[in-house]
Amino acid sequence: MMLERRSPWPHLWLGLGVLVFAFPIYITLVGSTHDVATIGRGDVPLLPGPHLAENYAAAWRGGVGRFAQTPAALMLANSLLMALLIAAGKIAISLVSAFAVVFFRFPLRMVAFWLIFVTLMLPVEVRIIPTFQVMVRLELINTMAGLVVPLIASATATLLFRQFFLTIPPEYVEAAKIDGAGPLRFFKDVVLPLSVTNIAALFVILFIYGWNQYLWPLLIVNDRSLETIVVGLTKMIGTGDAQNEWNVIMATAVLALLPPVAVVVLMQRWFVKGLTETEK
Amino acid sequence: MSAPAPASFLFRGRLLPLALLAPQLAVTLIFFYWPAVQALYQSFLREDAFGLSRHFVGLENFADVLTDPTWLQALWRTILFSTAVAGLALTVALFLAVQADKHIRGAATYKTLLIWPYAVAPAVAAVLWLFMFHPHIGLFGRMLNGLGIAWDYKLRGDQAMLLVIIASAWKQVSYNFIFFLAGLQSIPRSVLEAAAIDGARPMRRFWTVVFPLLSPTAFFLLVVNLTYAFFDTFGVIHAITQGGPGKATETLIYRAYTDGVMNLNLGTSAAQSVILMVMVIVLTMAQFRFIERKVHY
Repeated sequence: MMLERRSPWPHLWLGLGVLVFAFPIYITLVGSTHDVATIGRGDVPLLPGPHLAENYAAAWRGGVGRFAQTPAALMLANSLLMALLIAAGKIAISLVSAFAVVFFRFPLRMVAFWLIFVTLMLPVEVRIIPTFQVMVRLELINTMAGLVVPLIASATATLLFRQFFLTIPPEYVEAAKIDGAGPLRFFKDVVLPLSVTNIAALFVILFIYGWNQYLWPLLIVNDRSLETIVVGLTKMIGTGDAQNEWNVIMATAVLALLPPVAVVVLMQRWFVKGLTETEK
Repeated sequence: MSAPAPASFLFRGRLLPLALLAPQLAVTLIFFYWPAVQALYQSFLREDAFGLSRHFVGLENFADVLTDPTWLQALWRTILFSTAVAGLALTVALFLAVQADKHIRGAATYKTLLIWPYAVAPAVAAVLWLFMFHPHIGLFGRMLNGLGIAWDYKLRGDQAMLLVIIASAWKQVSYNFIFFLAGLQSIPRSVLEAAAIDGARPMRRFWTVVFPLLSPTAFFLLVVNLTYAFFDTFGVIHAITQGGPGKATETLIYRAYTDGVMNLNLGTSAAQSVILMVMVIVLTMAQFRFIERKVHY
């Protein structure tokens, strides 16, 4: 162990790094426990105040008077539903399409594979207007389906499952056939159970991907009942007017980042696996 | 691609696999290919302001975009912005990963405390930085003004740019950190110990042994970070500056959004989309070339 030396430097630098990452959250957390006057005056507090419960209640219910906005409870529910549907949808359609590509030989198999693969190169951001026009024509504006369905096609997930399926010993297929099991039975009883870890890892990544969508909901939704929390949060800020009800905005910000952060921290092992395996 | 498998290792049937592929193909065709073809088609057309007539104009939309000085400024700004975001996020992440790779007490805890920002949406990250650097309610914003530095990102373009760069890089560090740390941990200890026995000092060990072994990871991350800075930072810019003040933080994506959604300028917006698609394709190709190289490595 000649490379090891007791030095305080790594701790200092890592501590500083942790601080740089935690401090913005700390300031926001503290801000969400003060009243609007304290923050509006510009007396930026460094210690928590006594208004935690009422600020979060105001954010949760949507505020009153001139600060009335979409209740965070509704926006959280929308974000949760959107993130879950995107993650589940992407996993489901990628699992079955990878299964088809790996365990069957049929005409146009590689054409289909490349059709899916090439979409890796076309993120929503680069084809904003034409995609929006398609949505208008299909009458999907202001619908949950419009939020979710266009985002569930996934070349990365399909590739990941394809790579994984190729490692399943082909003898399993032969054995299944001898036992008289058809492809769907094989999928349900062999492929799915073997894929559980990959599915869990991918789920974490995709849940965060779905929760953090921004441009797409901004375009597709202008009905407040479908507002997601990330977009709703920035709408509350507007142009950043000093007269904003900042304490409630900060409470909403905490609510907006808590669920995905909790998922990453609680499922850290799967998350790191999912990240390093989908991207390579 | 895959090795040819004997028939006994495969299932028979044509309709079933096509049915299994159908949902993915349907979504892909409707929401990827149709809009992409649409963009290509519209980029050759010009529509009057009321949408009553359209006619073919050849490459005029592209010519308009590529000769528009404000678009060229946005292009230049995007390059500057992306380089700054990628450079900052990569440097900080590499430095922290090297520290965390040393066998120190609490390494796992540090790791957890450094990777969670991955989960924060770019727009939310922007909001957190806005809380700190708002000229009136932000801790640091007020502090800077108190020190006599006129800080107001809503009035000064360079400050607005600085703020969106920092907020964008802040969110991306944890992603790079995870990959750099994984890369560092895959370097065999024996290689490092051999270098140490040869008397190489730690800094020299890093630049002559560790960094070259890490360069595939670094290159991969560079492409990912540039893609992130190009496209995913829309939320950061939309949340803090809306492209302003003036056009000081208007990147190409933001520009395409404003032209298409706000100004309803379909022809030039479509031409911009096509140009952006070409850029993504070039970036993705670069990534594939790298993957190929790594396989032969």
